Amino acid sequence: MSTFEVSPAAAADDDLQKSIVNDFSIQVATVNGSGSQTANNVLMRSIFQMGVPVSGKNLFPSNIQGLPTWFTIRANNHGYIGRKREIDLLVAMNPETAREDVAALLPGASVVYDAPLKLEEVRSDLHFYPVPFDKLVGPVCPEARLRKLVRNMIYDGVVAQLLSIDLEEMHKALFKQFGPRKVKAAELNWGAVQAGAKYAQENFESQTSLRVERMDQTAGKIIIDGNSATALGAVFAGVTVVAWYPITPSSSVIDAITGYLRKTRLDPETGKATFAVLQAEDQLASIGMVIGAGWSGARAMTATSGPGISLMSEFVGLGYYAEIPAVIVDVQRVGPSTGLPTRTQQCDILSAATLSHGDTKHPMIIPGSPEECFSMMNDAFNLAEKFQTPVFVMTDLDLGMNNWMSDAFEYPTQPIARGKVLSAEDLERLGGFARYKDVDGDGVGYRTLPGTAHAKAAYFTRGSGHDAEAKYSERPDDYVNNVDRLLRKFEEMRKHVPAPEIQTVENASTGFICYGTSKYATEESRDQLLAEHGFEISILRLRAYPFNQDLTDFIDRHSRVYVVEQNRDGQMLELMKMELTPDRVSKLRSIRYYGGLPIDARTITDDLVMQEGL
Amino acid sequence: MSTTSAPPKSPKLNHIGLEVLPYKGGKTTLCAGCGHNSISQRIIESFYEMGIEPWSVAKLSGIGCSSKSPAYFLNQAHGFNGVHGRAPAISTGAMLGNRNLVGIVVSGDGDTASIGLGQYIHMLRRNVPLIYIIENNGVYGLTKGQFSATADVGSKLKSGTINELPPIDTCLLGIEMGATLVARSFSGDKNQLKSVLKAAIAHQGLAVLDVISPCTTFNDHVGSTKSYTYMKEHDEPIHDIDFVPYFEEIEVDIAEGEARNVELHDGSTLRLRKLDRDYDPTDRYGAIHKLQDAAEAEEILTGILYIDNKADTLVDMLNLVDEPLGTLPDTRVRPPQAALEEIMESLR
Repeated sequence: MSTFEVSPAAAADDDLQKSIVNDFSIQVATVNGSGSQTANNVLMRSIFQMGVPVSGKNLFPSNIQGLPTWFTIRANNHGYIGRKREIDLLVAMNPETAREDVAALLPGASVVYDAPLKLEEVRSDLHFYPVPFDKLVGPVCPEARLRKLVRNMIYDGVVAQLLSIDLEEMHKALFKQFGPRKVKAAELNWGAVQAGAKYAQENFESQTSLRVERMDQTAGKIIIDGNSATALGAVFAGVTVVAWYPITPSSSVIDAITGYLRKTRLDPETGKATFAVLQAEDQLASIGMVIGAGWSGARAMTATSGPGISLMSEFVGLGYYAEIPAVIVDVQRVGPSTGLPTRTQQCDILSAATLSHGDTKHPMIIPGSPEECFSMMNDAFNLAEKFQTPVFVMTDLDLGMNNWMSDAFEYPTQPIARGKVLSAEDLERLGGFARYKDVDGDGVGYRTLPGTAHAKAAYFTRGSGHDAEAKYSERPDDYVNNVDRLLRKFEEMRKHVPAPEIQTVENASTGFICYGTSKYATEESRDQLLAEHGFEISILRLRAYPFNQDLTDFIDRHSRVYVVEQNRDGQMLELMKMELTPDRVSKLRSIRYYGGLPIDARTITDDLVMQEGL
Repeated sequence: MSTTSAPPKSPKLNHIGLEVLPYKGGKTTLCAGCGHNSISQRIIESFYEMGIEPWSVAKLSGIGCSSKSPAYFLNQAHGFNGVHGRAPAISTGAMLGNRNLVGIVVSGDGDTASIGLGQYIHMLRRNVPLIYIIENNGVYGLTKGQFSATADVGSKLKSGTINELPPIDTCLLGIEMGATLVARSFSGDKNQLKSVLKAAIAHQGLAVLDVISPCTTFNDHVGSTKSYTYMKEHDEPIHDIDFVPYFEEIEVDIAEGEARNVELHDGSTLRLRKLDRDYDPTDRYGAIHKLQDAAEAEEILTGILYIDNKADTLVDMLNLVDEPLGTLPDTRVRPPQAALEEIMESLR
C-alpha cells in the first residue's frame, strides 16, 4: 500500500522542466531496521548545512524490523517545512513497495533505485537512475555482515551527485552523526558515499531539474526532534521527579530527559542525583507517583500518549479536585484504542481538556515547534505550581519524533515559580492557615508541604468532599463553594497561559484558527490561497486552553473562521462551542485531516477553496 | 466534687519532650468495636513512644474503611486519602519528593489485594521506604460486606454465601517480592502489634504489616475466619517480641538460644524470644514454607515473619541527594546557561 495520494490539481501545477532550486521533496523508501535512518539524517543535515531550510519526516510502521518505512526530506527556500504530498525524487530501496511507490509519482519525477528492481519497466514518464547497490558495496565494505547497513549510504552519494549537494558538507554531516568515538564506522560509510557519487558521476547524465544551491537561511539554527526539545525544557525548568511508562511516541521524551539529567544534574561534589526518574508498572502508577511527588513539593511530570491518557483519567480528577500540581506531556498519536501507534493526529484535545468523571476542566499548553516544546515546559510547570493543578502539554508524533530545523533555545531567565507554599516561618507569623480558602480572590489557596516543621503545617488531602479547612464534608454549601472556587481558578488561568499567535491580514474577512503542528501547513496554505486565488486570510494559532479574549476578538474581526485540525470530529471546534456565544459559533467552519500523516497545505487549500466556492 | 485544688498533674513527655496529644487524631467514624480503631490507637502509642516528630510523618491511604483511619491518628502529620488501590504509587511519589518523610500507609484487604494488587507488588519490588499496614478483615465494609481477595476458602458471609476462591496472602507476596520487613499481627494483641509497629518505624526499607482486624458489622460471626473468636483460637505467635529502642539500654540478659537479636537501622534492637517452634525470620525460603505449612494446618502465624535489614531501598537505588528533592533551590535544579549552550552547539 502506498502512503501517498496525488491530487490531479497539483499535477497540473507542476512543471518539472524548469530548474527547481531548493524546492523539492525527496522520499526514501526502505525496510524498517535496515539502518537507513543514519543515511537519511546525513542527507538532510547536508542540505541544512548548505543553508537551505529543510525538514525530515519519518513515516514508520509499528514494528522493529521488516516492514516498509518512508523518510521524506523537504527542502524549501521559502522556509515551508510542513509535509508536501508530491514527491520529486524517490529513492526506492524496498522491493516490496517499490512498484507502488513509483506508480504514485507525478510525471517528470526522478527515481533512484536498486537496479535489479527494473523499475524502468513500470512507467515511461519518469527519470530513472538504476544503481547496482550490491556490486558497489562489496569493494567499500569487505566485511559481509556490515554491508546491509553501509549499503544505504551509497544512495546519499548518488543523490548528492544528482542534486549538486556539496560532498564536503556530506562528509561533515556524516562524521558529526557518528561522533568522535565511531570514526572507523564513519570512514567505512564515507567510502560508500564516495562510491555512490562516483557511480552517479560516471553513469548518469543528470536529467533532473532539482538542485541544491547554497543559501544563508540556517545559520545559527539547530536540528532537533520535538521530544528532545520537550526533555530539555523539563530539565531547564528544574524537573525533579519523572515517573513514566513506555508508550510510542512519547518514550523518547524520557530517553532524552534521562540522558540530559545525567549530564547536567548530578551534584558536582557528591555525584548524587537531584532528580528521580522511575519507570512505573503502568500509566496509573506513573501519574499516581507524579501526583504524590507534586504533593510533597517536587516538580513532577510524566509523558505518555492517548492510551496512557485514558488510563490516567481517575488520578487526573484527583489532582484537579485535591489541587496538586502535575505536568502531563501527551505526544498524541492516532486513536481510538491502539489506533495507529506510529502515525500522527491531534485527537486527545477533548479528552484531555475534560479528563476524569465529575465536573473537571484542565489547562492545556500546545507547542507548535521544538522551541515552544522547550520554553513551554517551563510555562507548564510554572502554571501547574501557581495554580496547583494538573497541566497537559499537547504535542504530537509529527512534532515529537521528527527532526525539525529550529532557532537555538533561549535560557530561561525568570526564577522558577513555586506558587503559594507556606514555610514554617510563614505559619509561625500567620498562626495557621486554611488550605482551600480563597485568600487572594484568584481561587488559589495556600498549601504546605509534608515535612514542614511546624505544629500547624499539616492538612488532610483527599479526593472526597472537603471544606475550606480541608476537613471531610458532604454539606451542599461546602461542595458548591469548593467547585465554584475551582472554576474561578480556571477563569484566572486565562490570563496566565501562553496567548495565541496572530498573523492578521488587513481587511481579510476570513480567518484560519490552527494549533500545534497544523501551523506549518496552514501558513503555507495561506500563501497558496493568495498566490493561486488572490484570497487573503488571517491566522490565529492557539497555544493554550483555556482560551483568552484574543480568540473572541479574532472571531469578531472576521466573518468566517476555519478551524484547521488533525482529527475526525473537530475537537478544538467542539471545545470552542462549549465556551463561545452562539453568534461566534455560527462563524466557525471546520477543516480536518485525519489520515495519520502530517497535514499538508494542499489539503487545507483544496478544502477551503471548495467551502468558499473560489 | 472536691473543692480543694490538687497541683495539676504534669503530662507525661516522650524522649523528644512531646506529650501524647500531638500524636492523636480526629474522632473515629468507624463502627464500635472495629479492629481498625485499635490499630490507630497502637500507631499513636508507637509514634509517641518512639519520639518521632509528628510533622515529619506523611500518612497515606487508598479507599475503604481502613483508608479512613489516617484521619484518626497523628493530627500534626500531613495526610493523603487518595484513590482506591493506588496508595503505593502516591506514597512512592511522595517519598521521592521528600526522602526524609516517615511514610505510613494504611490500606485494607480490598484496597491492597484486589484493586491495588498490581501496585502493591511493584511497591514490594522497589523496597520503597514505607510502613505499609493492611487492615485485613476479609470483607468490603463500606459497600456492605462482600468478600475480599483475602477471605479464606470456606469462610461464610452473614448471608450464608461461602467463599470458594483461594485467598491471596499479602505476607507471602511481601516476602517473595521484596519487602524487607514482613509481619502479621492481630488488632486484639496490643503488645505484639505495638512491638511490630515500632520495628517498622525503626526499619529503613519497606515494612509490610498485615494486621487481622475483625469487622464487627459484617464479618465477626460463626463461620468467618477473620472474627475475634476465630483469631483467638487460631493465632500462633512465632515468638515473643521485645522491642528495645535505640535510646534505651538492653537490661535483661537472656540465655543463648532463647532469643534472637536483630539490629535495626536506627540502632534499635528486636529481641525475638523463642516460643514452641523454630522460626528464623532472616531465612526467606524457610519463612515461605512455614507460612504455607501453617495455612494448611489452619494456623495463623503472627510476629516478625521476615526481615532483611541490609537491602538497599528505592532511595538508595536512585542515588538521591540527601536533601528533599521537592525543596532544592533553583540553583541546584536548573543547570547553568553554559550547559544549554553546549547542548545547542552539539545540535548545530
